[in-house]
Amino acid sequence: MKKWGFCHAYTWKIKVAGWLRRDAAAAWLFLAPSGAGFALFFLIPFAMGTMYSFMDSVVDGHYTGLDNYRELLQSGSFRKAAANTAYFSAVSVPLNLTLSLIFALLLNGNLYLRKWLRTAYVLPLVVPVASIVLIWQMLFDWNGSLNAWLSAFGLERVDWMKTDAARNVIIVVYLWKNIGYNVILLLAGLQRIPKDYYETAQIEGAGRLRQFGSITLVYLTPTMIFVVIMSIINSFKVFRETYLIAGDYPHDSIYMMQHYMYNMFASLDIQKLTAAANLMVVGILLIVMGLFALERRYRQFME
Amino acid sequence: MQVVKLLQKSSLTFFMFVIAVLLLFPIVITFTNSLMTEQEMGINYGPIGELIQAGGGKTNPYANLKLLPDRVTLEQYGRVLISSPVYLTMFWNSVGLVVPIIAGQTAVAALAAYAFGKLRFRGRDRLFLVYVLTMLMPFQVTLVPNYIMADKLGLLNSPYAIILPGVFGAFGVFMLRQFMLDIPYAYIEAAKMDGAGHLRIFFKIIVPMIKPGLAALIILLFVDYWNMVEQPLIFLDDPLRQPLSVYLSRISGEPGIAYAASMLYMAPMVLLFLYAETYFIEGIQLSGIKG
Repeated sequence: MKKWGFCHAYTWKIKVAGWLRRDAAAAWLFLAPSGAGFALFFLIPFAMGTMYSFMDSVVDGHYTGLDNYRELLQSGSFRKAAANTAYFSAVSVPLNLTLSLIFALLLNGNLYLRKWLRTAYVLPLVVPVASIVLIWQMLFDWNGSLNAWLSAFGLERVDWMKTDAARNVIIVVYLWKNIGYNVILLLAGLQRIPKDYYETAQIEGAGRLRQFGSITLVYLTPTMIFVVIMSIINSFKVFRETYLIAGDYPHDSIYMMQHYMYNMFASLDIQKLTAAANLMVVGILLIVMGLFALERRYRQFME
Repeated sequence: MQVVKLLQKSSLTFFMFVIAVLLLFPIVITFTNSLMTEQEMGINYGPIGELIQAGGGKTNPYANLKLLPDRVTLEQYGRVLISSPVYLTMFWNSVGLVVPIIAGQTAVAALAAYAFGKLRFRGRDRLFLVYVLTMLMPFQVTLVPNYIMADKLGLLNSPYAIILPGVFGAFGVFMLRQFMLDIPYAYIEAAKMDGAGHLRIFFKIIVPMIKPGLAALIILLFVDYWNMVEQPLIFLDDPLRQPLSVYLSRISGEPGIAYAASMLYMAPMVLLFLYAETYFIEGIQLSGIKG
Protein backbone atom coordinates (compact mmCIF):
# COMPACT_ATOMS: atom_id res chain seq x y z
CA MET A 1 0.00 0.00 0.00
CA LYS A 2 2.71 2.33 1.06
CA LYS A 3 4.73 1.40 -1.96
CA TRP A 4 1.80 2.05 -4.29
CA GLY A 5 1.28 5.50 -2.75
CA PHE A 6 4.91 6.30 -3.32
CA CYS A 7 4.65 5.15 -6.93
CA HIS A 8 1.56 7.21 -7.45
CA ALA A 9 3.18 10.31 -6.06
CA TYR A 10 6.14 9.62 -8.24
CA THR A 11 4.19 9.40 -11.50
CA TRP A 12 2.24 12.49 -10.47
CA LYS A 13 5.52 14.30 -9.94
CA ILE A 14 6.73 13.28 -13.39
CA LYS A 15 3.50 14.51 -14.92
CA VAL A 16 3.80 17.88 -13.23
CA ALA A 17 7.44 18.10 -14.16
CA GLY A 18 6.56 17.31 -17.76
CA TRP A 19 3.85 19.93 -17.79
CA LEU A 20 6.22 22.42 -16.25
CA ARG A 21 8.74 21.74 -18.94
CA ARG A 22 6.38 23.05 -21.57
CA ASP A 23 7.24 26.68 -22.18
CA ALA A 24 3.77 28.19 -22.09
CA ALA A 25 2.80 26.59 -18.78
CA ALA A 26 6.09 27.54 -17.18
CA ALA A 27 5.75 31.07 -18.51
CA TRP A 28 2.42 31.61 -16.77
CA LEU A 29 3.85 30.30 -13.50
CA PHE A 30 6.84 32.63 -13.75
CA LEU A 31 4.49 35.49 -14.56
CA ALA A 32 1.95 34.77 -11.83
CA PRO A 33 3.42 36.76 -8.90
CA SER A 34 4.17 39.80 -11.03
CA GLY A 35 0.91 39.61 -12.98
CA ALA A 36 -1.32 39.48 -9.92
CA GLY A 37 0.24 42.54 -8.26
CA PHE A 38 0.59 44.35 -11.55
CA ALA A 39 -3.12 43.97 -12.34
CA LEU A 40 -4.12 45.19 -8.89
CA PHE A 41 -1.81 48.20 -8.57
CA PHE A 42 -1.22 49.26 -12.18
CA LEU A 43 -3.59 47.79 -14.72
CA ILE A 44 -6.88 48.51 -12.92
CA PRO A 45 -5.89 52.08 -11.93
CA PHE A 46 -4.67 52.62 -15.49
CA ALA A 47 -7.98 51.44 -16.96
CA MET A 48 -9.96 53.56 -14.49
CA GLY A 49 -7.86 56.61 -15.28
CA THR A 50 -8.36 56.14 -19.00
CA MET A 51 -12.11 55.77 -18.56
CA TYR A 52 -12.38 59.18 -16.92
CA SER A 53 -11.25 60.82 -20.15
CA PHE A 54 -14.50 59.74 -21.85
CA MET A 55 -16.78 61.08 -19.10
CA ASP A 56 -18.10 64.48 -18.16
CA SER A 57 -17.44 64.07 -14.43
CA VAL A 58 -15.54 61.63 -12.21
CA VAL A 59 -18.43 61.18 -9.75
CA ASP A 60 -21.61 59.78 -11.37
CA GLY A 61 -20.31 60.85 -14.74
CA HIS A 62 -21.90 60.18 -18.09
CA TYR A 63 -20.19 58.86 -21.13
CA THR A 64 -19.49 61.77 -23.46
CA GLY A 65 -17.36 60.15 -26.13
CA LEU A 66 -14.56 62.27 -27.47
CA ASP A 67 -15.84 65.63 -26.18
CA ASN A 68 -12.95 66.05 -23.74
CA TYR A 69 -10.46 65.41 -26.51
CA ARG A 70 -12.12 67.87 -28.85
CA GLU A 71 -12.04 70.58 -26.20
CA LEU A 72 -8.44 69.76 -25.43
CA LEU A 73 -7.24 70.07 -29.01
CA GLN A 74 -8.92 73.46 -29.27
CA SER A 75 -7.27 74.77 -26.10
CA GLY A 76 -4.36 77.10 -26.77
CA SER A 77 -2.52 76.30 -23.57
CA PHE A 78 -2.67 72.58 -24.31
CA ARG A 79 -1.25 73.10 -27.78
CA LYS A 80 1.53 75.27 -26.40
CA ALA A 81 2.33 72.70 -23.72
CA ALA A 82 2.38 69.88 -26.28
CA ALA A 83 4.63 71.80 -28.66
CA ASN A 84 7.06 72.78 -25.89
CA THR A 85 7.22 69.21 -24.61
CA ALA A 86 7.82 67.83 -28.08
CA TYR A 87 10.62 70.34 -28.64
CA PHE A 88 12.19 69.66 -25.27
CA SER A 89 12.17 65.87 -25.77
CA ALA A 90 13.35 66.08 -29.36
CA VAL A 91 16.42 68.08 -28.30
CA SER A 92 17.27 66.70 -24.88
CA VAL A 93 16.73 62.98 -25.38
CA PRO A 94 19.12 62.52 -28.35
CA LEU A 95 21.64 64.78 -26.59
CA ASN A 96 21.35 62.70 -23.45
CA LEU A 97 21.80 59.46 -25.40
CA THR A 98 24.88 60.65 -27.26
CA LEU A 99 26.60 62.08 -24.20
CA SER A 100 25.86 59.12 -21.95
CA LEU A 101 27.01 56.65 -24.61
CA ILE A 102 30.31 58.51 -24.95
CA PHE A 103 30.79 58.66 -21.18
CA ALA A 104 29.81 55.03 -20.68
CA LEU A 105 32.28 53.88 -23.36
CA LEU A 106 35.07 55.91 -21.81
CA LEU A 107 34.20 54.77 -18.29
CA ASN A 108 34.21 51.20 -19.53
CA GLY A 109 37.69 51.65 -20.97
CA ASN A 110 41.06 52.06 -19.39
CA LEU A 111 41.26 55.02 -17.01
CA TYR A 112 43.04 55.96 -13.83
CA LEU A 113 40.79 56.11 -10.74
CA ARG A 114 38.03 54.52 -12.81
CA LYS A 115 35.99 53.41 -9.81
CA TRP A 116 35.87 56.95 -8.39
CA LEU A 117 35.15 58.54 -11.75
CA ARG A 118 32.21 56.18 -12.27
CA THR A 119 30.84 57.11 -8.88
CA ALA A 120 31.13 60.80 -9.75
CA TYR A 121 28.98 60.34 -12.85
CA VAL A 122 26.10 58.71 -11.03
CA LEU A 123 26.10 60.91 -7.93
CA PRO A 124 23.83 63.66 -9.36
CA LEU A 125 21.03 61.08 -9.26
CA VAL A 126 20.65 61.34 -5.51
CA VAL A 127 20.89 65.05 -4.87
CA PRO A 128 17.69 65.93 -2.99
CA VAL A 129 15.15 68.16 -4.71
CA ALA A 130 15.56 71.09 -2.32
CA SER A 131 19.33 71.20 -2.83
CA ILE A 132 18.88 71.21 -6.60
CA VAL A 133 16.43 74.08 -6.33
CA LEU A 134 18.70 76.10 -4.02
CA ILE A 135 21.77 75.61 -6.21
CA TRP A 136 19.72 76.32 -9.34
CA GLN A 137 18.75 79.64 -7.82
CA MET A 138 22.30 80.41 -6.77
CA LEU A 139 23.43 79.93 -10.37
CA PHE A 140 20.56 81.14 -12.52
CA ASP A 141 18.91 83.86 -10.45
CA TRP A 142 18.99 87.48 -11.71
CA ASN A 143 21.57 88.10 -8.98
CA GLY A 144 23.04 84.62 -9.26
CA SER A 145 26.60 83.52 -9.76
CA LEU A 146 26.32 82.97 -13.50
CA ASN A 147 25.35 86.60 -13.97
CA ALA A 148 28.09 87.65 -11.59
CA TRP A 149 30.64 85.89 -13.81
CA LEU A 150 29.10 87.38 -16.95
CA SER A 151 29.35 90.89 -15.55
CA ALA A 152 32.89 90.23 -14.41
CA PHE A 153 33.71 89.67 -18.07
CA GLY A 154 31.83 92.85 -18.95
CA LEU A 155 28.87 91.08 -20.53
CA GLU A 156 25.16 91.83 -20.16
CA ARG A 157 23.46 89.72 -17.56
CA VAL A 158 20.66 87.39 -18.60
CA ASP A 159 17.36 86.80 -16.86
CA TRP A 160 17.76 83.05 -17.21
CA MET A 161 14.37 81.90 -16.02
CA LYS A 162 12.21 84.61 -17.56
CA THR A 163 13.44 84.62 -21.15
CA ASP A 164 13.77 82.01 -23.87
CA ALA A 165 17.02 81.02 -22.17
CA ALA A 166 14.88 79.13 -19.65
CA ARG A 167 14.44 76.40 -22.24
CA ASN A 168 18.16 75.75 -22.33
CA VAL A 169 18.52 75.97 -18.57
CA ILE A 170 15.98 73.15 -18.22
CA ILE A 171 17.79 71.06 -20.81
CA VAL A 172 21.06 71.51 -18.90
CA VAL A 173 19.45 70.51 -15.60
CA TYR A 174 17.84 67.46 -17.24
CA LEU A 175 21.16 66.37 -18.73
CA TRP A 176 23.01 66.93 -15.47
CA LYS A 177 20.56 64.80 -13.58
CA ASN A 178 19.96 62.02 -16.09
CA ILE A 179 23.28 61.24 -17.72
CA GLY A 180 24.21 59.10 -14.73
CA TYR A 181 21.02 57.10 -15.08
CA ASN A 182 21.88 56.10 -18.65
CA VAL A 183 25.55 55.59 -17.82
CA ILE A 184 24.59 52.92 -15.26
CA LEU A 185 22.38 51.13 -17.78
CA LEU A 186 24.90 51.35 -20.61
CA LEU A 187 27.80 50.19 -18.41
CA ALA A 188 25.76 47.14 -17.45
CA GLY A 189 24.80 46.63 -21.10
CA LEU A 190 28.41 46.80 -22.23
CA GLN A 191 29.31 43.95 -19.88
CA ARG A 192 26.86 41.76 -21.78
CA ILE A 193 29.03 41.84 -24.90
CA PRO A 194 31.44 38.88 -24.86
CA LYS A 195 35.07 39.97 -25.05
CA ASP A 196 35.94 37.28 -27.60
CA TYR A 197 33.78 39.02 -30.23
CA TYR A 198 36.23 41.90 -30.18
CA GLU A 199 39.20 39.56 -30.24
CA THR A 200 37.85 37.77 -33.31
CA ALA A 201 37.17 41.09 -35.01
CA GLN A 202 40.70 42.25 -34.25
CA ILE A 203 42.19 39.11 -35.75
CA GLU A 204 40.06 39.64 -38.84
CA GLY A 205 41.54 43.13 -39.07
CA ALA A 206 38.49 45.25 -38.20
CA GLY A 207 39.36 48.77 -37.05
CA ARG A 208 38.12 50.42 -33.88
CA LEU A 209 35.30 52.27 -35.61
CA ARG A 210 34.22 49.15 -37.41
CA GLN A 211 34.18 47.21 -34.13
CA PHE A 212 32.07 49.92 -32.52
CA GLY A 213 29.58 49.94 -35.39
CA SER A 214 29.16 46.24 -35.94
CA ILE A 215 29.70 44.82 -32.44
CA THR A 216 29.11 47.42 -29.71
CA LEU A 217 26.13 49.19 -31.25
CA VAL A 218 24.50 46.01 -32.49
CA TYR A 219 24.75 44.10 -29.23
CA LEU A 220 23.75 47.15 -27.24
CA THR A 221 20.38 47.29 -29.07
CA PRO A 222 18.19 45.81 -26.28
CA THR A 223 19.81 48.08 -23.68
CA MET A 224 19.57 51.10 -25.97
CA ILE A 225 15.86 50.54 -26.52
CA PHE A 226 15.34 50.54 -22.78
CA VAL A 227 17.55 53.61 -22.37
CA VAL A 228 15.63 55.57 -25.02
CA ILE A 229 12.25 54.83 -23.45
CA MET A 230 13.48 55.63 -19.94
CA SER A 231 15.06 58.88 -21.17
CA ILE A 232 11.69 59.97 -22.55
CA ILE A 233 9.89 59.02 -19.34
CA ASN A 234 12.53 60.75 -17.21
CA SER A 235 12.40 63.87 -19.34
CA PHE A 236 8.95 64.49 -17.86
CA LYS A 237 10.34 64.36 -14.36
CA VAL A 238 12.26 67.65 -14.60
CA PHE A 239 8.87 69.12 -13.89
CA ARG A 240 9.30 68.64 -10.13
CA GLU A 241 12.26 71.02 -9.94
CA THR A 242 10.97 73.37 -12.64
CA TYR A 243 7.75 73.74 -10.74
CA LEU A 244 9.54 74.62 -7.49
CA ILE A 245 11.62 77.24 -9.29
CA ALA A 246 9.13 78.82 -11.67
CA GLY A 247 5.69 77.99 -10.27
CA ASP A 248 2.58 76.78 -12.11
CA TYR A 249 2.68 79.40 -14.86
CA PRO A 250 6.37 79.73 -15.81
CA HIS A 251 7.84 81.51 -18.81
CA ASP A 252 6.08 80.55 -22.07
CA SER A 253 9.02 78.58 -23.43
CA ILE A 254 8.99 76.09 -20.53
CA TYR A 255 5.28 75.61 -20.07
CA MET A 256 5.21 71.81 -20.49
CA MET A 257 2.58 69.09 -20.61
CA GLN A 258 3.37 68.38 -16.98
CA HIS A 259 2.45 71.96 -16.06
CA TYR A 260 -0.78 71.67 -18.00
CA MET A 261 -1.65 68.37 -16.37
CA TYR A 262 -0.70 69.61 -12.93
CA ASN A 263 -2.89 72.67 -13.35
CA MET A 264 -5.79 70.50 -14.51
CA PHE A 265 -5.20 68.29 -11.50
CA ALA A 266 -5.11 71.25 -9.13
CA SER A 267 -8.41 72.55 -10.51
CA LEU A 268 -9.81 69.00 -10.22
CA ASP A 269 -10.48 68.77 -13.94
CA ILE A 270 -9.64 65.06 -13.92
CA GLN A 271 -11.31 64.42 -17.28
CA LYS A 272 -9.10 66.92 -19.09
CA LEU A 273 -6.05 65.70 -17.20
CA THR A 274 -6.63 62.11 -18.27
CA ALA A 275 -7.48 63.09 -21.83
CA ALA A 276 -4.23 65.06 -22.06
CA ALA A 277 -2.28 62.19 -20.51
CA ASN A 278 -3.83 59.70 -22.92
CA LEU A 279 -2.86 61.76 -25.92
CA MET A 280 0.67 62.02 -24.58
CA VAL A 281 0.83 58.26 -23.90
CA VAL A 282 -0.37 57.51 -27.44
CA GLY A 283 2.40 59.75 -28.76
CA ILE A 284 5.10 57.94 -26.77
CA LEU A 285 3.52 54.58 -27.57
CA LEU A 286 4.10 55.16 -31.28
CA ILE A 287 7.81 55.64 -30.54
CA VAL A 288 7.84 52.57 -28.30
CA MET A 289 6.19 50.38 -30.94
CA GLY A 290 8.70 51.58 -33.52
CA LEU A 291 11.52 50.59 -31.17
CA PHE A 292 9.99 47.18 -30.55
CA ALA A 293 9.74 46.60 -34.29
CA LEU A 294 13.47 47.33 -34.44
CA GLU A 295 14.01 44.92 -31.58
CA ARG A 296 12.14 42.15 -33.41
CA ARG A 297 14.53 42.55 -36.32
CA TYR A 298 17.45 42.35 -33.91
CA ARG A 299 16.10 39.13 -32.41
CA GLN A 300 15.65 37.55 -35.82
CA PHE A 301 19.18 38.56 -36.65
CA MET A 302 20.43 36.90 -33.45
CA GLU A 303 18.72 33.57 -34.13
CA MET B 1 53.95 52.44 -28.10
CA GLN B 2 53.97 52.21 -24.32
CA VAL B 3 54.32 55.96 -24.02
CA VAL B 4 51.50 56.63 -26.47
CA LYS B 5 49.19 54.37 -24.48
CA LEU B 6 50.14 56.02 -21.22
CA LEU B 7 49.54 59.45 -22.71
CA GLN B 8 46.18 58.39 -24.09
CA LYS B 9 45.10 56.97 -20.74
CA SER B 10 46.15 60.12 -18.87
CA SER B 11 44.47 62.50 -21.28
CA LEU B 12 41.21 60.52 -21.27
CA THR B 13 41.31 60.42 -17.47
CA PHE B 14 41.84 64.16 -17.42
CA PHE B 15 38.93 64.76 -19.79
CA MET B 16 36.58 62.60 -17.73
CA PHE B 17 37.85 64.28 -14.57
CA VAL B 18 36.97 67.75 -15.86
CA ILE B 19 33.43 66.63 -16.76
CA ALA B 20 33.13 64.93 -13.38
CA VAL B 21 34.04 68.19 -11.63
CA LEU B 22 31.24 69.97 -13.51
CA LEU B 23 28.76 67.24 -12.61
CA LEU B 24 29.86 67.19 -8.98
CA PHE B 25 29.80 70.96 -8.61
CA PRO B 26 26.33 71.12 -6.95
CA ILE B 27 27.32 68.34 -4.59
CA VAL B 28 30.52 70.12 -3.62
CA ILE B 29 28.48 73.24 -2.85
CA THR B 30 26.12 71.17 -0.73
CA PHE B 31 29.10 69.77 1.13
CA THR B 32 30.81 73.11 1.79
CA ASN B 33 27.49 74.62 2.83
CA SER B 34 27.00 71.81 5.29
CA LEU B 35 30.11 73.09 7.07
CA MET B 36 28.97 76.73 7.12
CA THR B 37 27.20 78.65 9.83
CA GLU B 38 23.70 79.94 9.18
CA GLN B 39 24.87 83.58 9.32
CA GLU B 40 27.50 83.06 6.66
CA MET B 41 24.95 81.48 4.33
CA GLY B 42 22.60 84.39 4.91
CA ILE B 43 25.28 86.85 3.81
CA ASN B 44 26.31 84.81 0.78
CA TYR B 45 22.90 84.01 -0.62
CA GLY B 46 20.97 87.07 0.51
CA PRO B 47 20.80 88.77 -2.92
CA ILE B 48 18.94 85.85 -4.55
CA GLY B 49 15.47 86.86 -5.63
CA GLU B 50 16.04 90.59 -5.12
CA LEU B 51 15.32 92.72 -8.13
CA ILE B 52 17.90 95.42 -7.54
CA GLN B 53 20.29 96.43 -10.30
CA ALA B 54 23.98 95.80 -9.97
CA GLY B 55 25.80 98.20 -7.70
CA GLY B 56 22.74 99.61 -5.97
CA GLY B 57 24.55 100.80 -2.85
CA LYS B 58 25.70 97.36 -1.75
CA THR B 59 29.29 96.28 -2.15
CA ASN B 60 28.34 93.01 -3.81
CA PRO B 61 24.86 92.64 -5.25
CA TYR B 62 25.42 89.08 -6.45
CA ALA B 63 25.05 85.83 -4.63
CA ASN B 64 28.44 84.71 -3.44
CA LEU B 65 29.29 81.17 -4.38
CA LYS B 66 31.84 80.34 -1.76
CA LEU B 67 33.72 77.10 -1.90
CA LEU B 68 35.55 77.55 1.37
CA PRO B 69 33.60 78.54 4.47
CA ASP B 70 35.10 81.31 6.63
CA ARG B 71 34.65 79.19 9.69
CA VAL B 72 34.28 75.44 9.44
CA THR B 73 31.69 74.15 11.86
CA LEU B 74 30.14 70.77 12.51
CA GLU B 75 27.13 72.43 14.09
CA GLN B 76 24.73 71.28 11.32
CA TYR B 77 25.86 67.67 11.61
CA GLY B 78 25.53 67.83 15.37
CA ARG B 79 21.94 68.96 15.03
CA VAL B 80 21.02 66.44 12.32
CA LEU B 81 22.65 63.44 13.95
CA ILE B 82 22.32 64.13 17.67
CA SER B 83 20.06 66.89 18.89
CA SER B 84 17.17 66.49 16.41
CA PRO B 85 16.48 62.75 16.29
CA VAL B 86 13.66 63.31 13.78
CA TYR B 87 16.16 63.34 10.88
CA LEU B 88 17.50 59.93 11.75
CA THR B 89 13.93 58.67 12.13
CA MET B 90 13.13 59.89 8.63
CA PHE B 91 16.35 58.36 7.34
CA TRP B 92 15.35 54.96 8.70
CA ASN B 93 11.82 55.44 7.31
CA SER B 94 13.43 55.80 3.88
CA VAL B 95 15.44 52.63 4.42
CA GLY B 96 12.33 50.80 5.59
CA LEU B 97 10.51 51.67 2.38
CA VAL B 98 13.33 51.23 -0.11
CA VAL B 99 14.86 47.94 1.04
CA PRO B 100 11.65 45.83 0.76
CA ILE B 101 10.83 47.45 -2.59
CA ILE B 102 14.27 46.63 -4.01
CA ALA B 103 14.24 43.06 -2.69
CA GLY B 104 10.66 42.45 -3.79
CA GLN B 105 10.79 44.04 -7.22
CA THR B 106 14.11 42.41 -8.12
CA ALA B 107 12.76 38.93 -7.30
CA VAL B 108 9.29 39.33 -8.82
CA ALA B 109 10.60 41.12 -11.90
CA ALA B 110 13.37 38.61 -12.62
CA LEU B 111 10.83 35.77 -12.75
CA ALA B 112 8.46 37.70 -15.02
CA ALA B 113 11.32 38.90 -17.22
CA TYR B 114 12.33 35.28 -17.84
CA ALA B 115 8.82 34.55 -19.12
CA PHE B 116 8.81 37.62 -21.35
CA GLY B 117 12.37 37.31 -22.56
CA LYS B 118 13.11 33.62 -22.94
CA LEU B 119 9.84 31.64 -23.04
CA ARG B 120 7.35 31.38 -25.86
CA PHE B 121 3.65 31.69 -25.19
CA ARG B 122 0.65 33.19 -26.91
CA GLY B 123 0.05 36.88 -26.47
CA ARG B 124 3.49 37.39 -24.96
CA ASP B 125 4.50 40.52 -26.81
CA ARG B 126 1.09 42.11 -26.50
CA LEU B 127 1.01 41.55 -22.73
CA PHE B 128 4.50 42.96 -22.48
CA LEU B 129 3.43 46.09 -24.32
CA VAL B 130 0.69 46.54 -21.69
CA TYR B 131 3.38 46.43 -18.98
CA VAL B 132 5.36 49.14 -20.75
CA LEU B 133 2.21 51.15 -21.39
CA THR B 134 1.55 51.63 -17.67
CA MET B 135 5.04 53.06 -17.24
CA LEU B 136 4.25 55.86 -19.67
CA MET B 137 1.22 57.15 -17.76
CA PRO B 138 1.95 60.23 -15.64
CA PHE B 139 1.34 59.69 -11.95
CA GLN B 140 -1.40 62.34 -11.65
CA VAL B 141 -3.69 60.17 -13.77
CA THR B 142 -3.40 56.98 -11.77
CA LEU B 143 -3.29 58.86 -8.49
CA VAL B 144 -7.03 58.90 -7.83
CA PRO B 145 -7.59 55.25 -8.82
CA ASN B 146 -4.52 54.25 -6.81
CA TYR B 147 -5.90 56.05 -3.80
CA ILE B 148 -9.25 54.28 -4.17
CA MET B 149 -7.42 50.97 -4.51
CA ALA B 150 -5.27 51.53 -1.42
CA ASP B 151 -8.37 52.54 0.52
CA LYS B 152 -10.28 49.38 -0.55
CA LEU B 153 -7.35 47.20 0.49
CA GLY B 154 -7.06 49.01 3.83
CA LEU B 155 -3.52 50.19 3.08
CA LEU B 156 -3.91 53.93 3.66
CA ASN B 157 -1.43 55.35 6.18
CA SER B 158 0.49 52.12 6.06
CA PRO B 159 3.92 51.86 4.43
CA TYR B 160 2.50 48.96 2.41
CA ALA B 161 0.53 51.47 0.33
CA ILE B 162 3.95 52.43 -1.08
CA ILE B 163 5.85 49.16 -0.78
CA LEU B 164 3.35 46.90 -2.60
CA PRO B 165 2.98 49.03 -5.77
CA GLY B 166 6.77 49.39 -5.67
CA VAL B 167 7.28 45.64 -5.66
CA PHE B 168 5.05 45.07 -8.69
CA GLY B 169 6.27 47.95 -10.84
CA ALA B 170 6.92 47.23 -14.52
CA PHE B 171 10.34 48.90 -14.54
CA GLY B 172 12.32 45.87 -13.35
CA VAL B 173 10.43 43.49 -15.66
CA PHE B 174 11.20 45.64 -18.67
CA MET B 175 14.82 46.19 -17.77
CA LEU B 176 15.71 42.59 -16.92
CA ARG B 177 13.92 41.32 -20.02
CA GLN B 178 16.24 43.48 -22.11
CA PHE B 179 19.24 41.93 -20.39
CA MET B 180 17.94 38.40 -21.07
CA LEU B 181 17.09 38.92 -24.74
CA ASP B 182 20.44 37.96 -26.20
CA ILE B 183 21.19 34.96 -24.01
CA PRO B 184 21.41 32.26 -26.70
CA TYR B 185 18.56 29.75 -26.79
CA ALA B 186 21.22 27.11 -27.31
CA TYR B 187 22.13 27.39 -23.60
CA ILE B 188 18.57 26.74 -22.54
CA GLU B 189 18.07 23.89 -25.00
CA ALA B 190 21.29 22.24 -23.83
CA ALA B 191 20.20 22.47 -20.19
CA LYS B 192 16.82 20.99 -21.10
CA MET B 193 18.57 18.07 -22.79
CA ASP B 194 20.40 17.46 -19.55
CA GLY B 195 17.05 17.25 -17.81
CA ALA B 196 17.00 20.65 -16.10
CA GLY B 197 13.58 22.23 -15.43
CA HIS B 198 12.84 25.89 -15.94
CA LEU B 199 13.55 26.77 -12.32
CA ARG B 200 16.99 25.16 -12.54
CA ILE B 201 17.66 26.96 -15.82
CA PHE B 202 16.53 30.24 -14.29
CA PHE B 203 18.77 30.02 -11.23
CA LYS B 204 21.79 28.28 -12.76
CA ILE B 205 22.00 29.94 -16.17
CA ILE B 206 19.92 33.09 -16.40
CA VAL B 207 20.63 34.70 -13.03
CA PRO B 208 24.44 34.40 -13.24
CA MET B 209 24.38 35.83 -16.76
CA ILE B 210 22.36 38.92 -15.92
CA LYS B 211 24.40 39.89 -12.86
CA PRO B 212 25.46 43.29 -14.28
CA GLY B 213 21.80 43.94 -15.08
CA LEU B 214 20.74 43.00 -11.56
CA ALA B 215 23.36 45.34 -10.08
CA ALA B 216 22.16 48.18 -12.33
CA LEU B 217 18.53 47.45 -11.44
CA ILE B 218 19.25 47.61 -7.72
CA ILE B 219 21.03 50.95 -8.09
CA LEU B 220 18.30 52.49 -10.26
CA LEU B 221 15.49 51.22 -8.03
CA PHE B 222 17.32 52.70 -5.09
CA VAL B 223 17.60 56.03 -6.89
CA ASP B 224 13.93 56.09 -7.93
CA TYR B 225 12.45 55.14 -4.58
CA TRP B 226 14.96 56.96 -2.39
CA ASN B 227 13.94 60.15 -4.24
CA MET B 228 10.17 59.59 -4.23
CA VAL B 229 8.15 62.53 -2.96
CA GLU B 230 4.57 62.35 -4.22
CA GLN B 231 3.55 58.87 -3.09
CA PRO B 232 4.55 59.24 0.60
CA LEU B 233 2.95 62.67 0.74
CA ILE B 234 -0.36 61.23 -0.42
CA PHE B 235 -0.43 57.83 1.23
CA LEU B 236 1.20 58.60 4.59
CA ASP B 237 -0.51 61.15 6.81
CA ASP B 238 1.78 60.86 9.79
CA PRO B 239 4.87 63.08 9.25
CA LEU B 240 6.87 60.82 11.56
CA ARG B 241 6.47 57.97 9.09
CA GLN B 242 7.57 59.92 6.05
CA PRO B 243 10.93 59.39 4.38
CA LEU B 244 13.77 61.90 4.31
CA SER B 245 13.08 62.68 0.62
CA VAL B 246 9.79 64.35 1.48
CA TYR B 247 11.41 66.62 4.05
CA LEU B 248 14.27 67.48 1.69
CA SER B 249 11.87 68.40 -1.12
CA ARG B 250 10.68 71.46 0.77
CA ILE B 251 12.77 74.57 0.33
CA SER B 252 11.18 76.13 3.37
CA GLY B 253 13.02 73.70 5.64
CA GLU B 254 15.62 75.08 8.02
CA PRO B 255 18.43 76.26 5.71
CA GLY B 256 21.07 75.87 8.40
CA ILE B 257 20.44 72.19 8.64
CA ALA B 258 19.19 71.09 5.22
CA TYR B 259 22.70 70.74 3.79
CA ALA B 260 23.91 68.35 6.46
CA ALA B 261 20.66 66.41 6.07
CA SER B 262 21.33 66.29 2.32
CA MET B 263 24.75 64.80 2.94
CA LEU B 264 23.17 62.17 5.17
CA TYR B 265 20.68 61.57 2.36
CA MET B 266 23.35 61.03 -0.30
CA ALA B 267 25.69 58.83 1.76
CA PRO B 268 23.93 55.46 1.22
CA MET B 269 24.00 55.91 -2.56
CA VAL B 270 27.76 56.35 -2.54
CA LEU B 271 28.23 53.20 -0.46
CA LEU B 272 25.76 51.20 -2.55
CA PHE B 273 27.36 52.24 -5.81
CA LEU B 274 30.91 51.56 -4.69
CA TYR B 275 29.77 48.11 -3.61
CA ALA B 276 27.66 47.24 -6.65
CA GLU B 277 30.19 48.70 -9.07
CA THR B 278 32.34 45.56 -8.93
CA TYR B 279 29.63 43.79 -10.95
CA PHE B 280 30.26 46.22 -13.79
CA ILE B 281 33.89 45.17 -14.12
CA GLU B 282 33.53 41.40 -13.91
CA GLY B 283 31.54 41.05 -17.08
CA ILE B 284 30.46 37.63 -18.21
CA GLN B 285 31.88 34.91 -20.32
CA LEU B 286 29.68 33.79 -23.16
CA SER B 287 32.32 31.63 -24.74
CA GLY B 288 31.61 28.04 -25.70
CA ILE B 289 28.46 28.27 -27.74
CA LYS B 290 27.86 31.06 -30.18
CA GLY B 291 24.39 32.31 -31.04
